[in-house]
Amino acid sequence: MSAENGMSRRTMLAKLAMLLNGIIGVFLAVPIVRYLLSPVTREKKLGYESWLSLGGLEQFPAGQTRLATYKNPVTNVWDGETGDIACWVRNVDDHTFQVFAINCAHLGCPVRWFPQSNLFMCPCHGGAYYQDGSRASGPPERGLFQYHYKIENGKLLIKAGEMPTPGHAANSKRGESTCA
Amino acid sequence: MRLIQKLGEWFDLRLQLGAPIRETLEHRVPPESASWFYVFGSAALVCFMLQIVTGILLALIYVPSAGEAWNSLQTLNHGIALGWFIRALHGWGSNFMVAIVLIHMVQVFLLGAYKFPRELTWVVGVLLLLVTLGMAFTGQVLRFDQDAYWGLGIGASISSRVPVIGPWAVNLLLGGPIIAGATLSRFFALHVFVIPGLLIAFVGVHLLMVLKLGINEWPMPGRIVRRATYLQEYHEQIRKEGIPFVPGAIWKDIVFSSFVLIAIAACALYFGPFGPGGQPDPTIIQTSPQPDFFFLWLYALLSFLPPSSETPILLIGPVIALIVLLGLPFVAGEGEKSWKRRPIAVLSVLIIAVGLGTLTHLGLHTPWSPMMNAWSSLPIPQEYLQGRTSLQRKGAVVFQAKQCHNCHSLDDQGGKRGPALDTVALRLTEDQLIRQVIQGGGNMPAYGKNLSPAETTALVAFLETLHPANQRPARDASQAITLGANEVSPR
Repeated sequence: MSAENGMSRRTMLAKLAMLLNGIIGVFLAVPIVRYLLSPVTREKKLGYESWLSLGGLEQFPAGQTRLATYKNPVTNVWDGETGDIACWVRNVDDHTFQVFAINCAHLGCPVRWFPQSNLFMCPCHGGAYYQDGSRASGPPERGLFQYHYKIENGKLLIKAGEMPTPGHAANSKRGESTCA
Repeated sequence: MRLIQKLGEWFDLRLQLGAPIRETLEHRVPPESASWFYVFGSAALVCFMLQIVTGILLALIYVPSAGEAWNSLQTLNHGIALGWFIRALHGWGSNFMVAIVLIHMVQVFLLGAYKFPRELTWVVGVLLLLVTLGMAFTGQVLRFDQDAYWGLGIGASISSRVPVIGPWAVNLLLGGPIIAGATLSRFFALHVFVIPGLLIAFVGVHLLMVLKLGINEWPMPGRIVRRATYLQEYHEQIRKEGIPFVPGAIWKDIVFSSFVLIAIAACALYFGPFGPGGQPDPTIIQTSPQPDFFFLWLYALLSFLPPSSETPILLIGPVIALIVLLGLPFVAGEGEKSWKRRPIAVLSVLIIAVGLGTLTHLGLHTPWSPMMNAWSSLPIPQEYLQGRTSLQRKGAVVFQAKQCHNCHSLDDQGGKRGPALDTVALRLTEDQLIRQVIQGGGNMPAYGKNLSPAETTALVAFLETLHPANQRPARDASQAITLGANEVSPR
């Protein structure tokens, strides 16, 4: 069994076995990790957001805040209704708009608009926002998330595609801190 | 009979499991461990087995697709014979399992069973608690309704606050940019493959150590655990007084487990399955999402943390809690086992139980949320309107129309977000009322731009009437002096 240079056939085989399995392990690990990280790499490479239409401007009368819905740009057929996203559109003066995410800036619950008191209220932990999206009261640390918008051919377009969260407001602007 | 015996012998010659099984069943346990205090571990295991069986049954019908999951749950509830009952068993089994795991943990803690040499058993037990809660949360997601959808939103919002990797964590959690099909698929994989795999592995290690190290003896005040002598003392005691697990101790376990199963079945029969609630359509925003019972305390906590400290507490709190739980047997691995000589241990359990209980109670009532439809569904009580001037009544209309009622209650009706206003005129003078309405503050939005001066005047006139008949409203004494009047007439 013993070899001249101090390495037996058995130890050599053991080392070879470990080496081969190590190589195979790496070969397997790389694709597995890349597969698992694909939601992250996809965002870095292509991004999830794109310009999409909320419909004609006539749906959003001046001085009012209306609910609008759009189909998320990245969807699969099995997403069902979850691909439909809502947002609040505020027509300030027919030239200036504000498009707020439906998600509360606290923990993402759907905020509701109360035109009588000009407030957005959240049903989860009681966050409230003024009509311009700035924080009024409650646990949110900031104003409502806003989408970038532009007007083309009489249509209101927003840049959307990713759920806004407190740590990742993406391209959405910060709600201005001025009072309503 | 002889045929059965022969068959048994045929298999045992090949499997050779008879002897180890007999040895396991007859292993000697301390006589006092045949106690009703020692039945929770086995009951948790029985709950887990019920969850496996009912879970597999549900998987025969359930469709883990965001577009179809909700419909398949409706089919389970209404279209399959006794499908509702299997769902109810699985749902109630989950609640019982979390509850029994928690009770088991408290019992082990109070009886000092985590001390030397059972530290690792405790550590694996903590991991079992985590994976059990993981099963509860992922299971709630598979019941793919509005609560599940917005609950995922809360999960994503919390994970997004992790420094640096937050945005990636959200994408990984959701499997994409939004809550959608990929999200449900990965929660299905977690709930059905990954976490149960961990659970089975941890349960195996946990049980193995219970067998190898022996069941904890009943703690006697004054009997101190020392690393140098404990093992010898324990084995000596077992040798002298130990009784075989079967039939010495097992019957209480089996009786209690049967009661638990009967209780689960009774709850399932009486209360039925959980949901599903509304369809997971994010464009339906008339919803008040709420988590399942065992996460209500967290839901309540999230509304009470001050905004500035919320993120650090949310991210650091769980880490500290985990370090304390995992570190416990290494810090307090020796010493007294009896809870009668461990007042801090008893006090900690009480404080945690009262704290979690209070938060859960608050979570059931959500006093921090505006009552979204109070302004349109709850009228102002008649006695608050009788004999009032027209200006004051106009103020009552403003009170309703501007949704003050959503946050403020009158006669215990309405929102509990802000203070009740039944006697507000005793607390605030007219000037203070005007200031509070216009500028807000103290967690109240400012209504300055939403109310005309006439509306503000009317509203404050109404609020000024809110005081008991025999008590004068608050007044500013200095006002009378500065205005030169001799006496301010009571309002």
